[in-house]
Amino acid sequence: MRIALILLAFLPGCGEVWNDPYPASERGGNILYSAFEQRPKHLDPVQSYTSDESRFTRQVYEPPLQYHYLKRPYELVPLTAAEIPRGREIDGGKFTVYEVRIRPGIRYQPHPAFIESNFGLPAEKIRDLESPYELSSGTRELVAEDYVYQVKRLAHPRLHSPVLGLMSEYIVGMREYAKALRSAGARDGWLDLRQYPLEGAEVVNRYTYRITLKGRYPQFVYWLAMPFFSPVPWEAEKFFHQPGMAEKNFTLDWWPVGTGPYMLVENNPNARMVLERNPSFRGEAYPAEGEPEDAAAGLLADAGGTMPFVDRVVFSREKEAVPYWSKFLQGYYDEATIGSDQFDQAVRVSIEGAAEPSAEMLEKGIRLSTLVSASTYYFGFNMKDPLVGGSSERARKLRQAISIAVDVEEYLSIFQNGRGVVAHSPIPPGIFGRREGAEGINPVTHVWRDGRAERRPIEEARGLLAEAGYPGGRDPATGAPLLIHFDTATRGPGDKPRLDWWRKQLARLGIQLEVRDTDWNRFQEKIRKGTQQMYGLGWAADYPDAENFLFLLHGPQARADGAGANSSNYGNPKFDALFERMKSMANSPERQKIIDAMVEIARRDAPWVFGFHPKDFSLRHAWLMNAKPNDMAGNTLKYLRLDVDRREALRHEWNAPVLWPLALVLVALASFGVPALRSYRRRERMAARQG
Amino acid sequence: MLAYVVRRVLYAIPILIGVNLITFALFFVVNTPDDMARMQLGVKRVTPEAIEKWKQERGYDKPLLFASGKEGFSRLTETIFFEKSLKLFAFDFGQAEDRRDIGSEIRARMGPSLALAIPVFIVGILVNITFALLMALFRATALDFWGVVLCVAMMSISTLFYIIGGQYVFAKLWNLVPISGYDGGIDAARFVILPVLIGVVSGMGSGSRWYRTIFLEEMGKDYVRTARAKGLAESAVLFRHVLKNAMIPILTGAVVLIPLLFLGSLLAESFFGIPGLGSYTIDAIQAQDFAVVRSMVFIGSVLYIVGLLLTDLSYTLVDPRIRFDG
Amino acid sequence: MPFVPVILATDALLWLLVLALAGYAWSCARRPHVAAPWRRVFSSRAAVGSATVLAAFILVGLADSVHFRRPPSLAAQSLLDVALGHLRARGEKTYSAPLATRLYAKEQIETGDGRTVRDYPRLRFGGAHLVDEADALGDIAWLAFRGLLISAILWTGLFFSAGKLLMRRAPHVPWGAGWAGLAVVLALAGPALSLSQHWHVLGTDKVGNDVLFLALKSIRTSLVIGTLTTIVLLPLGVGLGIAAGYFRGWVDDVIQYVYTTLNSIPGVLLIAAAVLMMQVVIDRNPEWFATAAQRADFRLLVLCAILGLTSWTGLARLLRGEALKLSQLEYIQAAHAFGVPDARILGRHILPNVAHIVIIAMVMDFSALVLAEAVLSYVGVGVDPATTSFGTMINAARLEMGREPVVWWSLAAAFVFLFVLVLAANLFADAVRDGFDPRVRVGGLAAA
Repeated sequence: MRIALILLAFLPGCGEVWNDPYPASERGGNILYSAFEQRPKHLDPVQSYTSDESRFTRQVYEPPLQYHYLKRPYELVPLTAAEIPRGREIDGGKFTVYEVRIRPGIRYQPHPAFIESNFGLPAEKIRDLESPYELSSGTRELVAEDYVYQVKRLAHPRLHSPVLGLMSEYIVGMREYAKALRSAGARDGWLDLRQYPLEGAEVVNRYTYRITLKGRYPQFVYWLAMPFFSPVPWEAEKFFHQPGMAEKNFTLDWWPVGTGPYMLVENNPNARMVLERNPSFRGEAYPAEGEPEDAAAGLLADAGGTMPFVDRVVFSREKEAVPYWSKFLQGYYDEATIGSDQFDQAVRVSIEGAAEPSAEMLEKGIRLSTLVSASTYYFGFNMKDPLVGGSSERARKLRQAISIAVDVEEYLSIFQNGRGVVAHSPIPPGIFGRREGAEGINPVTHVWRDGRAERRPIEEARGLLAEAGYPGGRDPATGAPLLIHFDTATRGPGDKPRLDWWRKQLARLGIQLEVRDTDWNRFQEKIRKGTQQMYGLGWAADYPDAENFLFLLHGPQARADGAGANSSNYGNPKFDALFERMKSMANSPERQKIIDAMVEIARRDAPWVFGFHPKDFSLRHAWLMNAKPNDMAGNTLKYLRLDVDRREALRHEWNAPVLWPLALVLVALASFGVPALRSYRRRERMAARQG
Repeated sequence: MLAYVVRRVLYAIPILIGVNLITFALFFVVNTPDDMARMQLGVKRVTPEAIEKWKQERGYDKPLLFASGKEGFSRLTETIFFEKSLKLFAFDFGQAEDRRDIGSEIRARMGPSLALAIPVFIVGILVNITFALLMALFRATALDFWGVVLCVAMMSISTLFYIIGGQYVFAKLWNLVPISGYDGGIDAARFVILPVLIGVVSGMGSGSRWYRTIFLEEMGKDYVRTARAKGLAESAVLFRHVLKNAMIPILTGAVVLIPLLFLGSLLAESFFGIPGLGSYTIDAIQAQDFAVVRSMVFIGSVLYIVGLLLTDLSYTLVDPRIRFDG
Repeated sequence: MPFVPVILATDALLWLLVLALAGYAWSCARRPHVAAPWRRVFSSRAAVGSATVLAAFILVGLADSVHFRRPPSLAAQSLLDVALGHLRARGEKTYSAPLATRLYAKEQIETGDGRTVRDYPRLRFGGAHLVDEADALGDIAWLAFRGLLISAILWTGLFFSAGKLLMRRAPHVPWGAGWAGLAVVLALAGPALSLSQHWHVLGTDKVGNDVLFLALKSIRTSLVIGTLTTIVLLPLGVGLGIAAGYFRGWVDDVIQYVYTTLNSIPGVLLIAAAVLMMQVVIDRNPEWFATAAQRADFRLLVLCAILGLTSWTGLARLLRGEALKLSQLEYIQAAHAFGVPDARILGRHILPNVAHIVIIAMVMDFSALVLAEAVLSYVGVGVDPATTSFGTMINAARLEMGREPVVWWSLAAAFVFLFVLVLAANLFADAVRDGFDPRVRVGGLAAA
């Protein structure tokens, strides 16, 4: 009874729909709803690197370049720059100079840092603030100096830019600059980087700056599309360095200041992040051209329209998969990615293997987009290991045998619902250097038959194993089965099936697989020290270039010898020589040839079992327009448009509360209560009579 | 009285130091400062220099417990233990590894935790008393017997089942409440009602059974028999005498829990996406954020000690014969 | 083929415990005053019934605790694995519902004429002996009936051979409840085993493991956690508790300080920290363990130890109070005066007089510990991911509830097995408490 009463008491507040997780005041607003699982750690463009973070930072910060929203393969287009800068070689190729011209008239979002009087705030005032936006705000024009300021911030002694190491290799004077800054300035105060010139990054005039690189690095333009090279106004740093700000979590790391279409107005990483339209945004036109099928998909309907279209974007924290998915189906999230557990419900795979939403989803008007992401998952061998590593014929055959035996196709179908493409090389589809079809298969593990790649039969793997000197998977010296360790970092009991699967794969060769499971730190430590035997890792591209994948096998970048990304510690002099050549070339048939040769070497040496390139499946409701998955461009929110009325109508239709259980509870309580009451009366009377 | 309180507070200090030593030891074996740095700096493109810098900045480059290179008192103060642990006594929690201020984080998360924990606590006690009273009233009948069986059955179900099942049925099948989330103010009620219901139901088994025993013990006492002999109606005996006297063990037993309500509920908060201290703790364990876990352990210990003190004091309030002198 | 016994640490401890219990039962049988409370316990119908059910669980758990391997294979098997070998070997590809003939997910299937259709493929083993799937119902009914029949014969045989004898030996025991309990267990086990020859009685999980098999394997984990934990905490709790109560003075102060300090750390945090720490130690010393099974087993043992170390405080506090009371008694005071050494007083007078509290605590803690395992696994500090347990099953099932159509059988299986186990344990524990000392109240675990 009490339960029912409490429920009833709150009903009037919720209108017709009881389960709307958003406040009533937001109803009918031009608001996009989305979710985030991991709380972002850094929103400072110097540090933010993961996709959890870039979904916020990329809407706020604008680097000079961006990726075209619709065109594939990915194409760079100017964002704040006037045009795409071209590298100019000087001193006979010893240096390359990039001159970036930005467009005049771009203005920052309103922010208190742009008002002089906000620099000397009394401590009490700061303490009482809930958000920095409670102070009066101003704006100013974007100038080239802001970009240079940010490049200098990469070397800031108290910020930890993950790309400082890499950029020190290229930007002239960066390494020395970082060293010099370490001895400069107070530990807590604001370090005005404008006082310290950096040789490789200079302002040319109000709207032009120049970056000088050592040698050639054609991939550098891709970095100009990443948040690391966005503008940061010095005023913002000065503002947030006032004493008392950090205690309120008012830092540039949590409150970004940019020129982009949105500004972050609510920042509660535990529950809710809210982006709001930047009122001083210059307005950008929706692209007018795309891929041929885009027009039919309605993606060009808004061509020329002024972006952004949505007023507010609300991100809610959703840690568990079940609530996330349920809320999407209830219409409370406008789009959702599909986990493997929801796949069957959401997606129907046609006979040709093409995916489309299931009947139930279609009925709701839900649409599906798929995208092979520019990343690769691989299961590597440690080349320093005495058993599986090394360049001997024995070890190579062993690795090749395992490469055949590990049935990646089955892995994809069990754990990914086929949401992935089997990898035949490190390079995912859509990246220059990738080959498709018969010429793209890995001849070590696959054969081309009937127009598709087919994994070689397990017998061939057994044969290779015997050739390697382990007939039947046994070590002839001891007679015991070969023991191979698979090092992995599991996140919990949910990973048990995956480990079971691994054991089964090698058992088919008679090899016994022992999973050495540990936490992420310990796993990293093993990789760092090169003590792992087999392991699994993934790599997501920084930019769409083959170099960004092949460097994972580049000998000088071996992880155990330094801090490179080559976790297998693979090194083949031929491969490395080709890598050096390939790296500094622009895309051309000649480059393709070199890449082919490199891939060939890697397949033969088999330092990795090439895993797969995951396919992202995302669903969106009928009321969300202009959505097209784009792995490279993070600043995609500005393109989206909502049909708010339709959303309201459908939400109502889908979320009618089911009331009969409540009635049933009432009836049950009554049917229990009445006899109880009666028998109680009877006892009462009897007690009275006895007394 | 006051002297007693002061003595108890002083007694808490060595306990808190012990707590700090234990957590410190446990967590620094788990996580060397290097591990923490890597955890926080992410996976891609991390250099050894970056790790050194990170450690230095957060003071993790100092010796753990004893600085042999230093002079005098600073041998003890220039250590990680002193800097990271003893500041807690001034409730200076410092920054989490992601640089957010722990103190303000805890203040912000206390509200949601309490919004869930207090109703569970109060409604739970009320429901349990009601249920236990019913069973006591119908003692030695089929109703009592099946009531106890139901209690034991309810005790035998894992909390996880209550949460998973409740969320599935009420929020997903019947659309009665939002499936997860939280909002401040009056809106909180819509989000909290299901977790509260689940919290109350999952605690009902053991709670009502325990209270039933208390009631039955009380009903076996002489004064109850006297009251009955006087010809008082059963309900009058139950409500006027038994309930009043049984409330003493019930309330004193509950008082120790009150301060711990601040810590929130680990499971419910995670499942229902309530941004309270419970989910903060779980996040911190999973992210191995030493600073946060240490702070939460410290607060938990302080609250526990406060709870013990409150229990003692509540005894004096309900039973004036107990005195705390000197 | 030769057998090499493999003795895992928890196996050894579990069998040691069985031996100890046997010894205790033997000494009980000889000394009526020790046996008296047990006589009271076993005169309750609930106790006898629940003990029968518990015995079934324990039998499964013990069968799963005899490990051996067949060289040259390095993998250890248990008796249970052998007995249920057909369940272990018959993995499907992925989910299938209980007693289904087809997978739960659609797949590309090549038909005879070279076309591919997308449909639910037939299972590799579940109902694979049928040519026509329409016969499934009849086959299931027949197999279930056959199982039931075997059970009935078994039950009747036992009843007529042992029933009279038991009645004569122990007339006060309500044997009827025991026979009823046995009947229920057999009525479920018989058909289940019979059906499992050709079907997946409780369906299969994500990678096609038989859920019935998983549930049966989980029993051992629960038993280990429920019993070994108490064994670990026993010496500490008893030793320190009695010492504090008996010696008083500074010993009492120190012990009280230790357990107040431990108590004041929120339980889950302390356990989490300790488990993470042990994991690091294990990871840093991979050479300690030859196989993953040994490592997982060690981790389970360590989990028991940690749970024990963090929860001995409740027992210690109870015993301290009891010892305090006992040491004031006249005959103990007198023993003091006569110069009887402390060790002798403790062993002769104090320890036997607190034994009932220890027994009650052991029995009462069992169910709380079993439930705690599930919660700890959720937080990520439970058993090794390679160990099958109810906690890991529930955890995996959490995501399955989000599937549509819902995969309910893993969760349901874990729920039913765990519920019955804990319910039986709770009922038995109640009877034990009533038989020994109804006034003792043992607190549950903080983590539960």
